[in-house]
Amino acid sequence: MADKVHIKVVVNGVERHSEVEPRLLLVHYLRETLGLTGTHVGCDTSQCGACTVHVDGQAVKSCTMFAVQADGSSVTTIEGLGSPGSLHPVQEGFWEMHGLQCGFCTPGMIMATVDLLNKNPNPSEAEIRHALEGNYCRCTGYHNIVRAVQYAADKMAGKVGVAADD
Amino acid sequence: MYTSEFAYKKANSVAEALSLLQQHPDAKLLAGGHSLIPTMKLRLAAPSALIDISKVAELRGVRKENDTLVIGAMTTYHELETSNLLKAHCPLLPQAVYLIGDPMVRAKGTIGGSLAHADPAADLPASMLALGAKIKAQGPNGTRVIEADDFFTGMFSTALQEGEILTEIHIPILEGAKMAYAKFPHPASRYAVVGVAVVVDGGNVRAAVTGAGEHAMRLGKLEQALSGQPLTTANIAAACQGLLSPGNLNHDLAASREYRAHLVDVMAKRALMQAAGL
Ligand SMILES: Cc1cc2nc3c(=O)[nH]c(=O)nc-3n(C[C@H](O)[C@H](O)[C@H](O)COP(=O)(O)OP(=O)(O)OC[C@H]3O[C@@H](n4cnc5c(N)ncnc54)[C@H](O)[C@@H]3O)c2cc1C
Ligand code: FES
Ligand code: FES
Repeated sequence: MADKVHIKVVVNGVERHSEVEPRLLLVHYLRETLGLTGTHVGCDTSQCGACTVHVDGQAVKSCTMFAVQADGSSVTTIEGLGSPGSLHPVQEGFWEMHGLQCGFCTPGMIMATVDLLNKNPNPSEAEIRHALEGNYCRCTGYHNIVRAVQYAADKMAGKVGVAADD
Repeated sequence: MYTSEFAYKKANSVAEALSLLQQHPDAKLLAGGHSLIPTMKLRLAAPSALIDISKVAELRGVRKENDTLVIGAMTTYHELETSNLLKAHCPLLPQAVYLIGDPMVRAKGTIGGSLAHADPAADLPASMLALGAKIKAQGPNGTRVIEADDFFTGMFSTALQEGEILTEIHIPILEGAKMAYAKFPHPASRYAVVGVAVVVDGGNVRAAVTGAGEHAMRLGKLEQALSGQPLTTANIAAACQGLLSPGNLNHDLAASREYRAHLVDVMAKRALMQAAGL
């Protein structure tokens, strides 16, 4: 076996030290080593975005990155975003606008949305669709996902009003 | 999916990466990993070691040196997309980069990785040719500069030699030039089925296409037809006809040779109309 490598990663605010095989993917490190199973594996071929997490504040596909590449970085997963009693505005948006059906894509959708709203707090519908191009949902048809993002943008801007019309 | 086993080496400088390449002849450089890691997961590549150069400070960032923009090879797409220097002096690049993959791909992928990989459907090679970029490489025998026109030599192959590292991309600043990139994305992968970059500097037109053939190439016929001509709708429409003959073009499930040839004309026209503000 190739020599293990020591990594230090801050995951959801907690500093973790691990000895990992270089070929361990970040997503497997999160799910299997740390037990954070909120991050999903959909395609495992870099297409679907179900595995999206933040590394140093940027959304990335954790199935297309080795854990060793995250050494020294700070990682945020869906578990680090809000709690059942106190949802993050984007989580609340998906809840309120029914932006999910089976929920498989949802953690990745939410992490990609938080990244979008960090960079562009007031996106147009076209910008939302462009930003979610790397996140596939096989259930919703995307319509309510866009509404969820709009809800979250309004909420984060302090506008309590709801974007949807039904 | 797990890749084959490999040793992981993180380089802190170009000099260190070059010496690691000498010590591990079967190693591959790791940049953003967004072509290499998928290939390794499918076991189409199984390097014995990866030399991570993505964090090498001297390979990152965009700077202006007199009338040239210097882009470090490990500058990510996201950094290109948001670079104020590029927006001011080379708007073609942020515009083209915005159309690559998706935000997560753009957070990791690098310009140097894309050019070194030379995917026939990659976006940036067309812009490099249209801008007349120079590509700098460092190897065990020193540094050399390769013209973009000489860089892409075939499908996934470039003028880079064993043991060489692509370090910088130099782009001449063409103040006031009109430039744009138009792309017909593959419906599933978002790579370019056909992408055309144009740069109109006074009466001088440079245009290049990616996705159409084995590697990105200049559109000589278009350049000749439009050079010295005013950029009017009629001139553009007349010039964008039959730019490439279908015979040698790529063909796959997404597009036949004939359809690709048609797309080259259409994308060239769109890029020119956008550049001209029409
Ligand atoms: C889902 C998805 C969608 C994509 N869509 C697009 C798209 O629409 N358009 C597009 O153009 N691309 C697309 N890509 C590819 C993406 O742009 C890659 O990031 C890029 O092709 C490679 O850059 P990288 O930094 O990730 O390089 P890596 O994958 O790390 O490296 C690629 C190759 O180049 C070599 N290499 C890297 N850096 C150097 C260097 N400095 N010197 C010498 N050799 C080097 C490596 O050893 C390796 O062989 C997509 C990728 C994915 C996963
Ligand atoms: S599991 Fe990572 S992109 Fe699909
Ligand atoms: S809710 Fe089922 S895949 Fe999106």
